[in-house]
Amino acid sequence: MKYNTRKFLLSGLVVLTFIAYSYQQRHDDESAKVVAPTSQATSSSVNPASTQSSNGSAASSGMHGMMSAAYKDGSYVGNAADAFYGYIQVKAVIQNGAITDVQFLQHPNDHSTSIEINNQAMPYLKQEAIKAQSSQVDIVSGATDTSYAFIESLKTALNKART
Amino acid sequence: MKQTKLIMGMPISVEIVGSEVDHKIFKEVFDYFRYVDGKYSTYKPDSEISLINAGLPKKSWSHEMKMILRMCEQTKRQTNGYFDIVRGGQRDPSGLVKGWAIQNAASILAKHGYRNFYIDAGGDIQVSGKNAKGKPWQVGIRNPFNRDEIIKKITLSTEGVATSGTYVRGQHIYNPLKPKEAIKDIVAITVIGPDIYNADRFATAAYAMGKKGIEFIEKLKDYEGYMINKDKTATMTSGFGGYVSRQT
Repeated sequence: MKYNTRKFLLSGLVVLTFIAYSYQQRHDDESAKVVAPTSQATSSSVNPASTQSSNGSAASSGMHGMMSAAYKDGSYVGNAADAFYGYIQVKAVIQNGAITDVQFLQHPNDHSTSIEINNQAMPYLKQEAIKAQSSQVDIVSGATDTSYAFIESLKTALNKART
Repeated sequence: MKQTKLIMGMPISVEIVGSEVDHKIFKEVFDYFRYVDGKYSTYKPDSEISLINAGLPKKSWSHEMKMILRMCEQTKRQTNGYFDIVRGGQRDPSGLVKGWAIQNAASILAKHGYRNFYIDAGGDIQVSGKNAKGKPWQVGIRNPFNRDEIIKKITLSTEGVATSGTYVRGQHIYNPLKPKEAIKDIVAITVIGPDIYNADRFATAAYAMGKKGIEFIEKLKDYEGYMINKDKTATMTSGFGGYVSRQT
């Protein structure tokens, strides 16, 4: 009996600690969301898109550069860019000098099979909110190849819109 | 010393630590990637794989091609069918060839006596030894929601790390490979393993599995994974924490 009470108290303590911990974690995550993007992150990785671009910045900030330029209205087709898994080709639609739509004319098919995934419960694995880190790294891993081709194709489409 | 070339439609970087690096070694490595591209690209009409897909009889297939196709079959079995190179009757082994080529390129460097280097082909990486500071390699995992950002730093010595995933811009999450289709619950998965060949093929299969991909990696001995979900949370395998860099 005495043992049971102790066990009960102990598990209560564990539950409380967990609640407190998760509250704190959530609080941490909220503050993490406002962390400003670091441009160093991309410069430490290799990004020919940025070296070729007149904006000289990372791919996504390169996009912002493209967005802010004035373009002639119309539809412009970019060159097909090799994404290793196939070619990506986009069409940019400009209205009132701004990009209003980017359509995929060509894109490689997915490599993965499309087998139905059954929604069985997952075993308990640690989860966390993603959070920006300092960018002091030697190399960066990420899914970059198709985005690179996308940017290449879009860049040529927008160059046509400029002239 | 580091060099980058655009081959197979992606940036391929090779860094060899040390000041006395023979320049010819870089050429040998990049030439190897060009050879692989010429043989296995389904987008080159004269590549061997294209000729096979056009009906080249099996007796004319190269020894290496037969080996690659056997490795693809083996991977398909090991991943419960999630890794499949056949689509519409056409074979496309590029999902396996990339990691395999990085692995072979690393062997070229090792054969020449280099111990401290990395090879990065479009975000799939084999590292070896130590970096220029004599420390283990620091590898960042890119934020799929903001490619300027790193969301995890891992410390590796001689390992392979591969990320399979999608590309996210602004509020729109879409798969560039299937832009019209709704995305899965997961955005990317990074897999660390003893070598890039295995890390890459298992990352490809795990990504195809969706949310269950991390479970698959958890079950593999010597492999760890970090899966990024659509809701900006990440799920990691139980041993992944052992690779996470301590903040400095």
